[in-house]
Amino acid sequence: MEDNTAKSVPLIVEHLNLSIEGQPILKDVNLTFPNNKITCIVGPSGCGKSTLLKTLNRLHETTDYLEVEGRVTIDGQDIIQARDTELIELRRRIGLVPQKPCPLPMSIYDNVAYGCRIHGMHRRKKEMSQTVERYLTEVGLWDEVKDRLNAPANRLSIGQQQRLCLARSLAVEPDFILADEATSALDPVSSRTIENLFVKLKEKYSIIMVTHTLPQALRIADYAVFLYLGEVIESGDATEVFNNPKEELTRKYLQGAFS
Amino acid sequence: MMKKLKSKYVEEYVMRSLMILATLLVLVFVASIIWTIFSKGIRSLSWDLVTRLPGKDWNTAPDGGFLNAILGSLMIVLPASVIGAAVSIPVVFYMTMYKRRTSRLSYMARLAYDVLYGIPSIVYGAFAFTIMVMVGMRASVLGGILVTTLLIIPIMIRSGDEIAKTVPDEIVEAAYSLGATKWETLKVVLRQILPGMVTAFLLAVGKAIGDAASVMFTAGFSDQLARSLSDPSATLPLAIFNWITMPDPFPERAYAAALVLTIIVLLLSLTSRIITRRITKNNL
Ligand SMILES: Nc1ncnc2c1ncn2[C@@H]1O[C@H](COP(=O)(O)OP(=O)(O)OP(=O)(O)O)[C@@H](O)[C@H]1O
Ligand SMILES: [Mg+2]
Repeated sequence: MEDNTAKSVPLIVEHLNLSIEGQPILKDVNLTFPNNKITCIVGPSGCGKSTLLKTLNRLHETTDYLEVEGRVTIDGQDIIQARDTELIELRRRIGLVPQKPCPLPMSIYDNVAYGCRIHGMHRRKKEMSQTVERYLTEVGLWDEVKDRLNAPANRLSIGQQQRLCLARSLAVEPDFILADEATSALDPVSSRTIENLFVKLKEKYSIIMVTHTLPQALRIADYAVFLYLGEVIESGDATEVFNNPKEELTRKYLQGAFS
Repeated sequence: MMKKLKSKYVEEYVMRSLMILATLLVLVFVASIIWTIFSKGIRSLSWDLVTRLPGKDWNTAPDGGFLNAILGSLMIVLPASVIGAAVSIPVVFYMTMYKRRTSRLSYMARLAYDVLYGIPSIVYGAFAFTIMVMVGMRASVLGGILVTTLLIIPIMIRSGDEIAKTVPDEIVEAAYSLGATKWETLKVVLRQILPGMVTAFLLAVGKAIGDAASVMFTAGFSDQLARSLSDPSATLPLAIFNWITMPDPFPERAYAAALVLTIIVLLLSLTSRIITRRITKNNL
């Protein structure tokens, strides 16, 4: 897949408003997600982090009574307004790793290979199995599953499923990876593996992650967004936001979370 | 404290006994049905009965077999199942992929098949008969196929929809987020629900093949094999219905026919189990 042109194009959110059943969930969100950086979105539970990530992938469509306005653009292409044919490619370029891991009803191997297959990538069998091995290794799952690649994926533990879903998203070589609490079910060692992976990946990809683990955000974030009740309170360079917050709310949240 | 624990224990004990009792009751029920049909049916069932057409004196003496009823039932139910599935599957898919409550068409469709599902088969039969009289059609295989199709569709749609609803939204979202089209996503969903769908459809077929009321006026009766769609035809449930009310030794044949019908239905559900297991093994 050719994706070297897209590398320098940021993901821009403009005046994004979203409501479900008349209840506003996101309020006038304006953000520019930088390239080749790790952006951490933090904020209290229920503030709209997952909803924001879903909207970037246009997954909000499956929700009933949802209204959305504003623009989400990559490469000048609006995802909210995109036609179905464009949407497929846009979704490939913006991979979402869901908060609740959900393997597809197929084998471990096929879960990783599925995305590549539908996009016609790695048509040769050998190439495909190398790809599967590569991404499973990167997320630190290979050694655990290499002997049962053909076993159903839904028998994996939650933490293993989480890593599988990450590998599945990486395999289609997106430009942006949206990771919604990708380490929430992992032990500290596996979490570090994923963190290190993200740091390595940012040379090629741009990563937007949601986390409740502030130390983790501190360790790897380049850029930070603080979301509160559906509003962006503060965004900017991660060290600035975390160490020197401009807003009172951010400070309170960080203090509460750190102590 | 101890008292409370004790009363909880008693409560659980009573509930569990009730559940076991109810389960046993059902088992006894099933066993006695099967026992009655098998013990009475086996005695009168013979190779001749299932391979021969009725003889010349079939209505005054037990002469010949009831191959006409077996084949008649199959001739009606098999095409009806195929047509029924061909109509139901797209409807289930539509409601699965566009199951948003806001979709008015999905809502109307659900309402419609819920109503259809509740209509007794005799009403279908009467309805189809009225239409057939209006257009000047005789009781025939075609009439039987039509009414059985009508009967099968709501059952298939309803059970298919129930099964499709069990698919978590997350699977659909996972496929979408990888860039899958609606059609590709449907194929993923299908892997998940196929075993259930197969079972549901075969059960619908089983229900249809045993239904006498719907084919009573529409397929009619004949002591011959139907040679074309416009010929009337005997069916197993009607054959049972007729013979059981006649003087001895006709009820014997009713039990034999009931046994054949039961075996067909058992075979159907057995097949559905095997297919289900095979699909699940390969895909999940
Ligand atoms: N399908 C839905 N229907 C109704 N309300 C919803 C729906 N999805 C999300 N919401 C509401 O939107 C708000 C934001 O939810 P969201 O899942 O984005 O929160 P979050 O920041 O990811 O929280 P958490 O950290 O707990 O995952 C919540 O108040 C939630 O109740
Ligand atoms: Mg969330």
